[in-house]
Amino acid sequence: MSSLNALGAPTLVPAATTVGNPAINIGIFALFVVVTLAIVIRVSRNNNTAAEYYAGGRAFTGRQNGIAIAGDYLSAASFLGIAGAIAINGYDGFLYSIGFLVAWLVALLLVAELLRNVGKYTMADVLSFRLRQRPVRIAAAISTLVVSFFYLLAQMAGAGGLVALLLGIEGDLGQRMVIVVVGIIMLFYVVFGGMKGTTWVQIIKAVLLIIGAVVMTVWVLAQFGFNISTLLGDAAASAPAAADGTARDLLSPGLQYKNPVDFISLALALVLGTAGLPHVLMRFYTVPTSREARRSVEWAIWLIGLFYLLTLVLGFGAAELVGAEEIKAAPGGVNSAAPLLAFHLGGEILLGIISAVAFATILAVVAGLTITASASLSHDIYNTVVKGGKATPEQEVKVARMAALVLGAVAIVGGIFALGQNIAFLVALAFAVAASANLPTILYSLFWKRFNTRGALWSIYGGLISAITLIAFSPVVSGKAVDKVTGKSPSMLQDIDFHWFPLDNPGIVSIPLGFILGYIGTLTSREYNAAKYAEMEVRSLTGYGAEGASQH
Amino acid sequence: MSKEAVSNEALEIEDPNIALQNSDDFIELRTKFRKFVFPMTAAFLAWYFFYVLLAVFAHDFMGTRVIGNITWGLFLGLMQFVTTFAITIIYVRWAGREFDPRAEALAQKMGAVK
Repeated sequence: MSSLNALGAPTLVPAATTVGNPAINIGIFALFVVVTLAIVIRVSRNNNTAAEYYAGGRAFTGRQNGIAIAGDYLSAASFLGIAGAIAINGYDGFLYSIGFLVAWLVALLLVAELLRNVGKYTMADVLSFRLRQRPVRIAAAISTLVVSFFYLLAQMAGAGGLVALLLGIEGDLGQRMVIVVVGIIMLFYVVFGGMKGTTWVQIIKAVLLIIGAVVMTVWVLAQFGFNISTLLGDAAASAPAAADGTARDLLSPGLQYKNPVDFISLALALVLGTAGLPHVLMRFYTVPTSREARRSVEWAIWLIGLFYLLTLVLGFGAAELVGAEEIKAAPGGVNSAAPLLAFHLGGEILLGIISAVAFATILAVVAGLTITASASLSHDIYNTVVKGGKATPEQEVKVARMAALVLGAVAIVGGIFALGQNIAFLVALAFAVAASANLPTILYSLFWKRFNTRGALWSIYGGLISAITLIAFSPVVSGKAVDKVTGKSPSMLQDIDFHWFPLDNPGIVSIPLGFILGYIGTLTSREYNAAKYAEMEVRSLTGYGAEGASQH
Repeated sequence: MSKEAVSNEALEIEDPNIALQNSDDFIELRTKFRKFVFPMTAAFLAWYFFYVLLAVFAHDFMGTRVIGNITWGLFLGLMQFVTTFAITIIYVRWAGREFDPRAEALAQKMGAVK
């Protein structure tokens, strides 16, 4: 999740790297790209049916998919951002990881298995199952595209900044070139590898990321006699005082979040957003049964939980061993805490490995997002709306590949424009829209007999429009006071103030609104299809009629 | 979608899905499932928001040390991890023991009808 930057962390606008050896960083990263490309080519010889391209033939095991989900979920900002937030703001940085982890219980208990049984390739399959296909699919596809696109932009913008820090590439032109290269490699994974290739990239990356974090954690703990309390005490004691001279206790709340309502709103979006993220939902179709979908989430929860526990040690370790001043002064600011810690511990080589892993992370997450958005464009819009459901699987896959190329180009161009922007609002938007527009409709359609097309449309469009509108008029976009140190406003737009919504995150308003609109919309329409509802409920709970693994 | 012309009531006689949906076994499966996941969801959400409210409104309490340098905030935060792992284990065991055999039996019953 890249929302870490959302919480007051500075944008990624580094000038140049001062630590490490860019040649080593680039070399290790190039090795990752070569190995993953070889694997993608190897696994994707058989990629022309829709089930192969969109869902990897549904042939992954629960464990493999669980690791891939962890790979999707633990984005660079999750690794760099949480570790950095903990290094600078201590306890408040840790708060994030709790919401991100607990959110998986919503997916485990309410969504994953039922969705796997009902759907085929996309989130819209489930939402439109017993409702009117056309309007619901269009709405679900728009919401999928919006969430994936903003998430994608944030990752691409982050890639440019990260690279400046890690690979020593300076200047706008260099960063733009990096975004273009990231986009092209990512497109190769998606277009040639489909879901199968992309999943393997996620698995490799997740394993590397977790191994890297485990090694660093043990290394840090060894320096404190494997005593966490000593580490915490030392980190708290060496934390610098605030600008006004008051002491900052890293172990107490309140260093990062000043506005209680804003934090509650964010906490709501975090815990309810995950189970509505289309690229997470689509992963459940890559396993053969709902039982394997359950195992996927089980594995994902263990790995993601473990990883966040590791970042706790890495964050406080960076606070003590690197120091807040050095972190803040580094090109990537807060996000450089983990790479700097790697450099302090293991020199150029460890920094090179950690940097390459962080970069690989962006690549893999972007690939996952692109395949989700292209599947929705092809399966939901092209097949259902343009072709009236009569497109052949070959046509669908061809359109999906073309859509991926177009989306990749849009992501490259968008990423270049978003470079140096406050990527916070992009990710906040993705989570808030997922929780406001997608989750209510998913839960209503799985659990509420009476639910109907009007309810779905009101909920999706209501949640989508309210979340976007509130963000547009929030302090994230305009109107934050100018920071005395940087001379710039933390808002996205400078020198203009049109905000009237007081919170950074719209969740506390737009999420309840999505649920209420879905409820009212449903009650004002008499539509009800008993046969389709019975088919859906029987399928969701028993698995009878669910899509199986493709035969080879 | 040729069935759309038929009223919902008329369908109930012939549609195997509706027949199963109204059967005692299926209703038992659905009730068991909902009786497990709904209270569990309410419980973990309540515990999570209780923690969030403590973190934003009870700064002094959350900053108090419990063991060594571990504060209540960190300790209860780690407990959120523990409960998340525990709920995962409990649910997976429950589903394997109580839910899967019943669901499979019903799916086979449906397969035999067709």
